[in-house]
Order: sequence, then structure tokens, then C-alpha cells
Amino acid sequence: MSEAVSKLYKALRRILAEPMGAFGVALVVLMVFGAVFADILATAEPSDISPRDRFQGPSITHLLGTDHLGRDLFSRVLHGGRIALSVALFSIAASLVIGVVLGLIAGYGPRWLDNLMILVFDALKSFPTVMLALALVTLFGPSLTAVVVVVILVNVPGYARIIRTQTLALKSAQFVSAAQSMGAGTTRILRAHILPNVIGPLLILASMDIPVVIAIEAGMSFLGLGVRPPTPSWGAILNDGFAAIRDTPWIAVAGGLPIIVTTLGFTFLGETLRDVFDPRLKVR
Amino acid sequence: MLNYSVKRLGLAVIIVSVVMLLLFTMIYLIPGDPAAVALGPRATDAMREALRVKMGLDQPIWIQFWNFFINAWQGDLGNEVLSDRPVTDVVLEQLPFTLALIAGGMIWSIALGIPLGCWTAIQPGGIVDRIIGILSVGVIAVPSFVIAIYALLIFAVSLRWLPAIGAGDSGDIIDQIIHLILPSLAVGLGWVGYLARLVRASMLEVLEASHIRTARAFGLPERLITYRYALTIAILPTVTLLGVGIGQMLSSAVFAEIVFARPGVGKLVYDAILTRNYPLVSGAVLVTTVLFIAINLIADLVVGVLDPRVRSRL
Amino acid sequence: MNILEIQNLNVTFDTEDGQLRALRDVSFNVPEHRIVGIVGESGCGKSTLINSILGLLADNGQVEKGKILFEGQNLTELNSSQLRELRGVRISTVFQDPMGALNPVISVGTQMLHIQYRSSLSKSEKLDNAAEMLRRVRIPDRESALTRYPHEFSGGMKQRIAIAMAMMMEPALLIADEPTTALDATLEVATIELLQDLQQQIGCSVLFISHHLGVIAELCDDVVVMYAGEVVERGTTRQIFYRPMHPYTERLLQCDPAGQSERTRHLPTIPGEIPDLRLRTPGCIFAARCHCREDICDSTPPEVEIEGQSARCHRLVA
Repeated sequence: MSEAVSKLYKALRRILAEPMGAFGVALVVLMVFGAVFADILATAEPSDISPRDRFQGPSITHLLGTDHLGRDLFSRVLHGGRIALSVALFSIAASLVIGVVLGLIAGYGPRWLDNLMILVFDALKSFPTVMLALALVTLFGPSLTAVVVVVILVNVPGYARIIRTQTLALKSAQFVSAAQSMGAGTTRILRAHILPNVIGPLLILASMDIPVVIAIEAGMSFLGLGVRPPTPSWGAILNDGFAAIRDTPWIAVAGGLPIIVTTLGFTFLGETLRDVFDPRLKVR
Repeated sequence: MLNYSVKRLGLAVIIVSVVMLLLFTMIYLIPGDPAAVALGPRATDAMREALRVKMGLDQPIWIQFWNFFINAWQGDLGNEVLSDRPVTDVVLEQLPFTLALIAGGMIWSIALGIPLGCWTAIQPGGIVDRIIGILSVGVIAVPSFVIAIYALLIFAVSLRWLPAIGAGDSGDIIDQIIHLILPSLAVGLGWVGYLARLVRASMLEVLEASHIRTARAFGLPERLITYRYALTIAILPTVTLLGVGIGQMLSSAVFAEIVFARPGVGKLVYDAILTRNYPLVSGAVLVTTVLFIAINLIADLVVGVLDPRVRSRL
Repeated sequence: MNILEIQNLNVTFDTEDGQLRALRDVSFNVPEHRIVGIVGESGCGKSTLINSILGLLADNGQVEKGKILFEGQNLTELNSSQLRELRGVRISTVFQDPMGALNPVISVGTQMLHIQYRSSLSKSEKLDNAAEMLRRVRIPDRESALTRYPHEFSGGMKQRIAIAMAMMMEPALLIADEPTTALDATLEVATIELLQDLQQQIGCSVLFISHHLGVIAELCDDVVVMYAGEVVERGTTRQIFYRPMHPYTERLLQCDPAGQSERTRHLPTIPGEIPDLRLRTPGCIFAARCHCREDICDSTPPEVEIEGQSARCHRLVA
């Protein structure tokens, strides 16, 4: 355990040594801190409507101003961070699980199934992301579910392909057939031979997908097709601001700023992770 | 070359078919009776039944798919619900606006991205290289709709340099181009960063090649070596990726059209979703996806034509 | 008269593990109309030597001291554009790898046009020049060859095209960096003969780098033997091959497969490896691998000259 801790510590030191990595870590910490302690940090209830205070510019009481319903934007931004972060973590975790399972099926299963799955993955990748999202909204209706399904459909093909390639490579490798002849189950082979080889690149890819997922959630909520009001979401705030952009520009600024901070932070962090730990992935 | 093209084309046809199957399944799964949606609440049961038969909804599902499939390949995507016009016509009417937007984005990204990548590769590790490197990552990371709104806020609302909404006067090309500047920047900015990074990496690799050493040993001017001997090779891999880039720009274009209130396929789909005009949604999604697949196909074949090594090998 | 005089050339590279002394007190001359061979194992500093002459050292490399006199002009004092004016015109180069030496996406004719970019001739005159050069290196169907791309030619033809490009401006000095190493034996002979022919026609000097002793013996008038960044011995080809003075030259000649008198499965080799150039001790550079090593070899060996042949070895004094 202490070895793992010291490994983690070393990794963090290497990331912080890069200017881009340090900047990324700072932005991510800022964002995660705000989301986790949203209850304590928020100066007001994020959904409390107060018509008397509508369209107020930034001030001491309302750090980022108020929107068209008089809601405190600073508090909404903090709570919006919770939504963004939990959607990102949940849907990426789900994509990873599904991707690993489908990748194993494609790699271990019969040849025709492999070909069929690759075809479906290619077809899914052929949709421009937003078009896929818009099509799915017709099926699920504007909701958080739609957002999660879009993210899963966008990410799973990539993850599954990595697992599949690795599985195919290992299937022919000597030591797996040795393990199989000794009666090792698929789970054991997966845990002992396949996952250790792909977990690094997979996690780095997943971490680089976090900003993409946050952008998808915010984008769909901006279009009014994601998180439903009155739940605070950065995309929804941006949309409120867009509607009133001529007279009260601070609402749009308040909605866009956290999206910029978070996507920049996670991207800088992911890039540094990749450069430091797996330069091979750079070819992507 | 011919063999390769035929293979790529065949694969593209299969993928388009799978895309059609996926879209059909999705529409089929939408809860509610399409005939009832189309006719509205005041229709009688008999009218709904008649329309169901006319739309083929009484047939078994696999026949329905077959009909959809055959019609779609012939360019018939059914009629949209509101005005009963053919979906294909409505989409094709809006497509030029979206294509203009993407072309604009492409121009921004090529005009800025390739020179930036080239310049940073000539002096790697310098301060300019580092700043442009971080900026590139930045513009890639920030979602295009945030860029669109901030661009609108800064250049159209605050500074009033450029118009905020619409596609411009339909007869006035200059006006249309002026209206295109901001939205196409929002669409293309991310790819400025992508191209800059891609061209830089690929330039660094090419500049190490032994034929570049030969060119230097012949005393050729550095400008000629950089632009003619190295860059022409370094941009080849980017051509394949331009296809991917256009796909991402299609996505960004949806937002740009909504933010800048421009006509286009993105706006069309968005409005269709709000009015539950599902045949229009699936039709427009299908058209843009096929377009995307076709562009990727073309990009791959163009690389074959540009690179004499590939050209003769295929 | 000497076309090229290298005097006490020292080149170092800054690396992460400290300074690397790639060339140490290298001196030799290339007289007019002569072919001088440089022979040595890989890593002996041949490429660094070429790059120093051409002014194409990597950014972390510098000429620490010494002179490179080309036609009396010290190249180490010229700036990059003055050097560029010489390259391809007065000093030209043929490199080892014919596959990668030509630009893959520019046609042969256009590349040959570019080399003449300084000339005031018209484009069609330049193309005529190029076609004429291809004729002299015996490329068949030369009009259409100009429009073709390098990958459409065989390895031997590519190398001949590279030679044509190098000779096109009729340079005073041709540097040939292992031009035949990548070719098979029959092509090697043909390429050597071609180089000899062209050298006579144009009347240039050649600095010919190779690790193939047979080729050196065949082609060169003088030989410079390099080891680990130093010139250990130099003299005429006859002197070097019949009366080597330095132990390294002796071993090198013994190891040449062509020189084996009996059939054997075991070719002789020189035991040991080239020393680490970052850890330079004062003694003889070859001492660690030398078969006649003595205690005195830990001090700097003297340079002994006999009838124009010179070598750095303590043995020669005793």
C-alpha cells in the first residue's frame, strides 16, 4: 500500500514539474473543490427564485450576478459543477465497463461477431457527435439519461477497440494459451494478463475524455436537451445568458467561465499524463 | 489504386447501411404513434388508420425497414410532418448554408493552423513554440459553443465589429461573407489548434529525414527546403484527418447556427426536435452522416492522389 | 595544391551526460584531382567530419578549435549563408542511403532544377543540363526519367541519380559518404567506376568514406584511417595497405574478409569496443584494444612521419 502511495506521489511530482501539468492540476483542483464543497461555499440556494433581484450585475452579495429569475449565479455555477462532474465520472465509468466487456467479446468471440461489432462501432463513429445526440434526444426526450447514453455511445467504440486489439494480440501470445491449457478461466486471464497491459493507456484515454464529456453535457443542456430545469447546469446557465446576451452579458460569462476552466484543466492534465506516462498514445 | 478505391467505397456503403439500420431502429423505438403525431389531436381513428396504411406502419417491422432502406438509397426519406414536403428537399435547401459555414471553418483552420505548425516546428522548444503549444491545446479543449458565445459577446455585442445574427442578404455575397466570419471562426478555431499540433509533429519528423539532409548538402535555400521539401510531405497525414475535422465541424456548426441564428441543417434538426418532426430529424441526421462518411472517403482517396508513393502502390 | 586542408580539427557535442569529444586533433589534406579515402568502424567520427565540413553540425555540436581550409578559405569562420553558397556548387555530397536521399514527393527533374537555382540559365537550359547529367550517369530514357519520382527507380539507379545531382554543378570537392554500402556487389563495382569516370571528366577531388577496404584500395590515392574520433594513420594507399604503421590499421587489414588467404568460418575481429568518448583519458585511444599494448601507452602517443606516411603510436619510436 505504501508503495502505491509513493508511486502516486512520484507521478504527481512529475506532472507538477511540467508547467502545463501544474496549471491543469490547479484548475482541476479548483473545480473539484468548488463542486464538492458547493453546499458550504454557495452564498444562496441555487434554485431559489427571487424576482426582485433579477438581472443584477456581479456584486459582493452576488459574486457572478443573478439571472432572469433572480437566482444567484455563483451558487448555481458551484452546484452545476456537481452535475457536470458526476455525469462525467458516471458515464465514463459506465463506458469503460461496457467497453471492456464488448472488447473482450469481440476479441474472444467468433470471427463473425468480431466483424459485426467492428462494423457497428465504425457506424457509430460515423455520426457527427452532435447529430448522434440530437437523434437520441428524439428517443429519450431531453434528459440526463439522454446525455449519459450519448456519452456511452461516443466513448464505448474507442475503449472496446483497445481491449479487442490487446485481446487478439494476447490470444495468440504464448503465455495465454499456456494459462488456458492449465485451466485458467477467462476472468483470471483477463485480470492477470489483459487488464495490466491496457489499464494505463485506457485510463489516460478516459481522463482525456473527461473534458469531452463535460462539453457534451454542457452542450446538450445549452440546447435545452440535457439536464432539465431548475437543476443547475453550466450549459443551462449559458443558455439563459444567451437569451439575454445584449443587456446582461454577465450571465453568459458566468455560464461559460466554469466550462472553460474545467475543460482546460482536465485537458492540460490529460495531455501531461499522456506525455509523461505513455508517449506512444500521442499518435492518436 | 482502383482496387483500393472500390474496397473503400464498398466499406462506406456497408457503413451507411448500418447507420440507416440504427436510425430506423431509433425511430421505431420512439414511443407514440407517428400517424397520431402527424395528424394531431383532432383526427379520427379512421383517419389515423388510413395514414398508418399509407405510411406502411401496418406492415411487419422487417418490411418497414426494407422499404425505408430502399427508399433512403433512392434519396426518398419520406415527407416531413408539418408541411408534408419531401424531407430530402427540405434538407438539401438548408445544406448549402451549413457547407458554407464548414468551408469557412476549414479556411480559418488551414490558414492559421498550417503556418503555425510549420513555424513552431522550425524552432522547437522556443518560447513561441511553447506559447502556441499551450494555446493550441486550449482552443482544442474549449467547446465550440462557448467560443461561439464569447465571440458573439466580444465582437458582435460589445465591439460591434461584426453582425450578430443571420446569414446576410441573400443577393449580397460580401454581406454573406461578413456574416460568416464569426460563426466560421467559432467552428474552425478548435481545428486551428489541431492542425498546428499535427503539422508541427509531422514537420519535426520530416525535417529529420535524410532527403532533407541531402537538400541542405546541396545548399538549397532554407525557405525552399521548409515549404517545398518538408511541408508538402508533412501535410499529407493532415489531409486524411481533414475528414475527421469536417465531422467535428459539422457538430460545431449545429451550435454556431443556433447561436448566430443562421439557417442550416443544424438549426433545421434543432427546430425539428422542438416540434417533434421526427422524419425530418432522422432524415437530416442521415444526410449529414452520409456526407461525413463521403468526405472521409474522399479525403482518403485524395491522399492517394497527392502522394506519389501511395499513388503507385495502390 | 590542396583543395581541402583539415588542421587540428576538434569537434564536441553537448549531451545530457556531459561533453562528447567526437573529433580530436584531426588533420589531413585532400590534394587537387585526388581521391582520398577515409576508413574506420562505425562511430569513428566520419559523419561528424562530413557535417563539420558542410557546416551542418547539429545544434548541440561545435567546432572547438582547428581549421577547415577549403580552397584556402577557413570554413569554420563562414556564416551559414556563406557556407550555403559553397554547398552543392563547390562542395557536393553523395550520401549512403539512396532510398531516402532523394525527396519522395518531388520529381527527379524538379529536384535537379532546384539544385541549379543560383544559375541564370533559362528553365529549358537547366532541364537540358539535368538530362545531360542523367546521360553521363547512364540513366536510360532520361527525358521521361526527369518527370518520374525517386521511388520509381531501382536502388542502383537512385544512387546514380544522386551522383548526377552532386556532380551537376561541377564541384571542386565531392564528398562521398559510403555511397556503395547499401548496394549489392555488382552495382558497387559499376558505381565505383562511374565515380572514377566522372571524377576524371570533371577534374574534382573526392573525399571517399567507406569501411570497405577493397573499395578504398581500388579507388583511392590516399587513405586516412580514423578511430574513435582521431586520425591514427594516414598515407598513400600503397603505404597503408603494404606497410601499415599503426596496430589498428594492421588489425583492420587482417579483418578484411577479402584479404583472407584460407577458407575459414571464423573471420578475425578486433576484440573490445570503441571507447566512450565522454570519458577521455590522455593515453593512446586504441590502447584498450591493442594487441601490442605496453605501459607507455597510457601517455599521449607521438606522431611519427616516414616518407609522407604518418601514424600516432609509441611503438614507432622504439
